Amino acid sequence: MTAEELDQIVETVRARRQQVPREINVCVAAGCLALHSEALKDALEKSAATAGISCRVRGAGCMGLCSAGPLVSVEPEALLYQHVKSEQADALMRSLKGEPAQNIQCSREQPFFARQVNVVLENSGKIDPEKVEEYIAADGYRALLHALTEMTPAEVIQEISSSGLRGRGGAGYPTGLKWGTVAKAGGPTKYAICNADEGDPGAFMDRSVLESDPHCVLEGMTIAAYAVGATQGFLYVRAEYPLAVKRLEKAIREARHLGFLGNQICGTTFGFDLEIRLGAGAFVCGEETALIASIEGKRGIPQPRPPYPAQSGLWDKPTLINNVETYANVAPILRRGGAWYSAMGTAKSKGTKVFALTGRVKNTGLIEVPMGMTLREIVFDIGGGMPEGRKFKAVQTGGPSGGCLPEECLDTSVDYESLKEAGSIMGSGGMIVMDETSCMVNVARYFMEFCMSESCGKCIPCRAGTAQMFDILQRITRGQAGQRDLDMLIDLCDMVSATSLCGLGQTAPNPVLSTLRYFKEEYLEHIHAKRCLAGECQMAAGAGS
Amino acid sequence: MRRHGYARDALIETLHTVQQSFGYLDKESLKFVAASLRVSLSQTYGVATFYHFFTLKPPGEHTCLVCLGTACYIKGAGALVDQAEKTLGVKCGETTPGGKASLLQARCLGSCSVAPVVVYDGELVGNEDPVHLQEHINGWMHA
Repeated sequence: MTAEELDQIVETVRARRQQVPREINVCVAAGCLALHSEALKDALEKSAATAGISCRVRGAGCMGLCSAGPLVSVEPEALLYQHVKSEQADALMRSLKGEPAQNIQCSREQPFFARQVNVVLENSGKIDPEKVEEYIAADGYRALLHALTEMTPAEVIQEISSSGLRGRGGAGYPTGLKWGTVAKAGGPTKYAICNADEGDPGAFMDRSVLESDPHCVLEGMTIAAYAVGATQGFLYVRAEYPLAVKRLEKAIREARHLGFLGNQICGTTFGFDLEIRLGAGAFVCGEETALIASIEGKRGIPQPRPPYPAQSGLWDKPTLINNVETYANVAPILRRGGAWYSAMGTAKSKGTKVFALTGRVKNTGLIEVPMGMTLREIVFDIGGGMPEGRKFKAVQTGGPSGGCLPEECLDTSVDYESLKEAGSIMGSGGMIVMDETSCMVNVARYFMEFCMSESCGKCIPCRAGTAQMFDILQRITRGQAGQRDLDMLIDLCDMVSATSLCGLGQTAPNPVLSTLRYFKEEYLEHIHAKRCLAGECQMAAGAGS
Repeated sequence: MRRHGYARDALIETLHTVQQSFGYLDKESLKFVAASLRVSLSQTYGVATFYHFFTLKPPGEHTCLVCLGTACYIKGAGALVDQAEKTLGVKCGETTPGGKASLLQARCLGSCSVAPVVVYDGELVGNEDPVHLQEHINGWMHA
């Protein structure tokens, strides 16, 4: 594949667009599919034929505002329709002839869209994820071609380092530094792994990226492999995401066919190929050493680090592991330069971050914002605030390893350091909003139950500690605990986080610690007055006031 | 197995294929997989029990899977589980005595924007409520 050949593909797509300029895009990503967007697509095709409107109806990736799904966009007019039911297909078509269909039209100027900055999601909802030509027409695979033919691996790493990109899986390790370590490691065989085991409940960023724009992950991975000298790659995807797996398989086939994967990529001597490995529902496999064990076909049990996977990972070879979103950032950075990327964000956290905004908030869906935006802006401007006039109580980030932040922390800026200081973490990008009907002790109990059942059982602090903490929290929510239990809980938090082997155990107490820090009165209310202010916990008979 | 070249590290892939074909992993198939891939039976059993996705019990004719991810939980998935347990008369993870229906729970299906989510026989339904859930399950039981 050469630059001329790429241009040729772009020309074909353009010519096709000129023939039939109007495009009707129906979102066929997870959220809208659950609301029957596939049937809607068929209905739209039929109504277009009946109404005699020349257009192409196609499936597109996630458009973000999932709470208003199924979403339909019309190009080149840039119209957006929300809550479109199959019966409304005719009305939508008529509106294209001039009759307005106000009731289903959705403004693109509303803060939900206007406040976002799309880098990772730039193609999401605009291209057909199952057609590689469309990705190429959106400047896809240019960065790979450029990197392979005009840059040395060291220059690629230099560019990524200068962009300030940090690992988007949650820990925020500088990506350029990680690549550099793997590149320096010796030996002829190295591996590149993409962590798409999005176990964090309440988060679906990686799923949407894989379903909406799989090629951008493949391109990022291939560039990374070139930079570090890897020849074989693995995509570790959750088995719970069958659609993402299907689209990835198709994308890999297309990329191989066009010579973006396999031997002699883009006519150079560099070769790299990819395989998909399915997860099987174990949260701990998001931890890199456990993930490696799982790819090797073993139980997903973490290993002590060091040695880090960068030195000795998969089959004891140097291994690069990055998250889906990290890889998805690579191609845009190489295309527009590290300086462009580092101009966004804060001093230490550069670029943008994708969040899955869910829970008790008006606009739920997938958002991408520059680092440094405050939680208040995300929840109230983009999210549209609380539905039904309810009162905001907390926002949870980072899943079971994160924490709940209350009203007074809403002006915290979203970056790795600030969130950590406030008692939560950036995490992979789940953001769940809660109102006054959620009991914070019960939320802590919920996460502890999760960590308890997901603990792999290798080290004792995590295996026994999470079970003890869950037991105490369970008794608190039932109104059967006393002050001594609370003291014991606080002691356990310290012990488990300090002595556990891997990230799961070390961060398991975070939801408890953050709720204790900001919502201690709720714990005390449960213990002393045997009362749950949110009305969520069922107090044992005879225990209540 | 042939597709993965009888590689030992393809154990999880192979188990996925077996479960897809038979619905669950029985003792016979575990023994067969272990012998074919030259992996010890204990490792095969260990892997099959470690991962939540694999099940060693045959599922019911119908399956009702309630998502208990954080977003679903905040939006009332607990009430859905209670309703399903009441309607079916079994606990989460169990199958009704006649083998008619199984009640399962998931840790997050990634459809959080339409929470709470229930999957009936592989078909995902968003914004679910207990009343509709009861109707759906009763539809199976009286079919």
